[in-house]
Amino acid sequence: MTDIGSSRPVAQAFELVLDKGESRVAEFEVRARSPLQKLQHFLHANPTAVPAIVLLLSVAAFGFTVGSRFLSMFNLSLIIQQVTIIGVIGAAQTLIVITAGIDLSVGAIMVLCSVIMGKLAVTMGLPAPIALVVGVAAGAGCGVINGTLVTRLKLPPFIVTLGTWSIFFALNLWYSASETIRSQEVAKIAPLLQALGTPVNILGARFTYGSFFMLGLVALIWFVLNRTAFGRHLYAVGDDPDAARLSGIRTDRILFSVYVIAGVICALGAWALIGRIGSISPQAGQTANLDSITAVVVGGASLFGGRGSIIGTLIGALIVGVFRNGLALSDVDVLWQEFAVGWLIIIAVALDQWIRKVSA
Amino acid sequence: MSTGSNVPGTTPLLQARGLNKRYGRVTALDHADFDLYPGEILAVIGDNGAGKSSLIRALSGALVPDSGEIKLAGKTVAFRSPLDAQAAGIETVYQTLALSPSLSIADNMFLGRELRRAGPLGTICRMLDRKAMQRVAREKLTELGLMTVQSINQRVETLSGGQRQGVAVARAAAFGSRVVIMDEPTAALGVKESRRVLELILDVRRRGVSVVLISHNMPHVFEIADRIHIHRLGRRLTVIDPKAYTMSDAVAFMTGAKAPIEVAA
Repeated sequence: MTDIGSSRPVAQAFELVLDKGESRVAEFEVRARSPLQKLQHFLHANPTAVPAIVLLLSVAAFGFTVGSRFLSMFNLSLIIQQVTIIGVIGAAQTLIVITAGIDLSVGAIMVLCSVIMGKLAVTMGLPAPIALVVGVAAGAGCGVINGTLVTRLKLPPFIVTLGTWSIFFALNLWYSASETIRSQEVAKIAPLLQALGTPVNILGARFTYGSFFMLGLVALIWFVLNRTAFGRHLYAVGDDPDAARLSGIRTDRILFSVYVIAGVICALGAWALIGRIGSISPQAGQTANLDSITAVVVGGASLFGGRGSIIGTLIGALIVGVFRNGLALSDVDVLWQEFAVGWLIIIAVALDQWIRKVSA
Repeated sequence: MSTGSNVPGTTPLLQARGLNKRYGRVTALDHADFDLYPGEILAVIGDNGAGKSSLIRALSGALVPDSGEIKLAGKTVAFRSPLDAQAAGIETVYQTLALSPSLSIADNMFLGRELRRAGPLGTICRMLDRKAMQRVAREKLTELGLMTVQSINQRVETLSGGQRQGVAVARAAAFGSRVVIMDEPTAALGVKESRRVLELILDVRRRGVSVVLISHNMPHVFEIADRIHIHRLGRRLTVIDPKAYTMSDAVAFMTGAKAPIEVAA
């Protein structure tokens, strides 16, 4: 046996032959890869590449088939307006999906918050800024409920938010008495609520404040995800919660706060929703739940957690927007738009599975 | 013993007395004791289910014992989470490595203790100092002779098993100012990588950091350990000097085939 004080252990007898073998430890093997494998590795290292390519291809395809009606600045900027709500709600969904969760209640939170804002400002005549703040606080409150159920009772996010989806939607119908507040009334009494719908014309393109708001939100979330410890911890928690906990991350705190943040973003989405449609309806935004998940998945995020980017979600939302808009301009029936989006989701997830199988 | 520090009378660096932990009707720790002296490599061996992992998790803050006392350098400590143990200078390399595959090497090394930018960018915007973290990570890996990886920003999932192990050990060695605990560090590795990890362990000790090595690999244990703590049925059975006993003795003690005559060391 070796002397304990010596600096290097004398190898075991069976290890002596090692000197004659390869001296490299854990080096990269340079293997010839087939073009397909190279593509797989490239896509693995650049997760937003797939959605970016798909977006470019679909714009090119519709530009080719539909022509200038599709490619006009006005129409392209219209697509951005059309995806504002999905973009904002998708941003909230991205944060949740990165932690390996899912939030089915995002749409319901948004509608509930818009109804609260409208009721307070228009029906009860409170100052619009106060109505906005209360609305955002309500969104945070919804997030607190989701976050508490997920972290304290340890219920699966799918079940929790499936339940709160119904609960929030029922509260929304009750509070609004199923009545729509008309656009003219909102414009007369609380124009601030419609502020994000204000149009801005740039070189024939027509944006709204809401479009810029969405882009600003995406930029902010990009910063948080990539340049702050909180963002890195979201990925770590989604990747392997046990590893994150052992690394000293307070996983429950991260999870709780992500649901609250998602609630706040949904409430801001409610403001953008009022700007987009003008009126305040308890039946608005019905498709936001599933559309947000579509945008996240098509944008390359993995529902298993730890993988996904906010830029991907923005591109994912744009892809869905381009498909809907392009097919509508091609005079294709709405049902075929849904048909196409359905395939988009399945192909996106199948591609994700293939990319994940990349040999390390 | 060649390391003269652990003669009776020296204060143990990390000590546990009468640790108990029960999960329902299963007793994981049954009045377990533990002593680790400054600058030594202590191996902890025991049969499956002997409670080694529970002991280690208690010492690293990942498990809160039902009763018992843990002392660090003579002072009683109560670790409620791995964060507490890390703050006290105790780092653990878990068998699962506790790395996040989708994050980079640098991100993983600083996971849970990221460096922030100086000034308002760091305090108000909470912006990370990525350059500093990458530099330190590269330094630490180079120090341990592990910089065969292409880039410090490579994702951990692109690394081989040996490289991942290296990252986990480097993280522990970089931050473990007093104790580094390693749970089966060579179990998943090939012959060459195992050798590398054993050298790393000796490196860590050379810097004055005590090492707790949990392993099933008797040749490795007998090769580098200063003392061997044998765990059986939830408690410390005995501590032996690897030079005074054979591997067969240790295995016999561990499995209960033979009872130790004297409680050594």
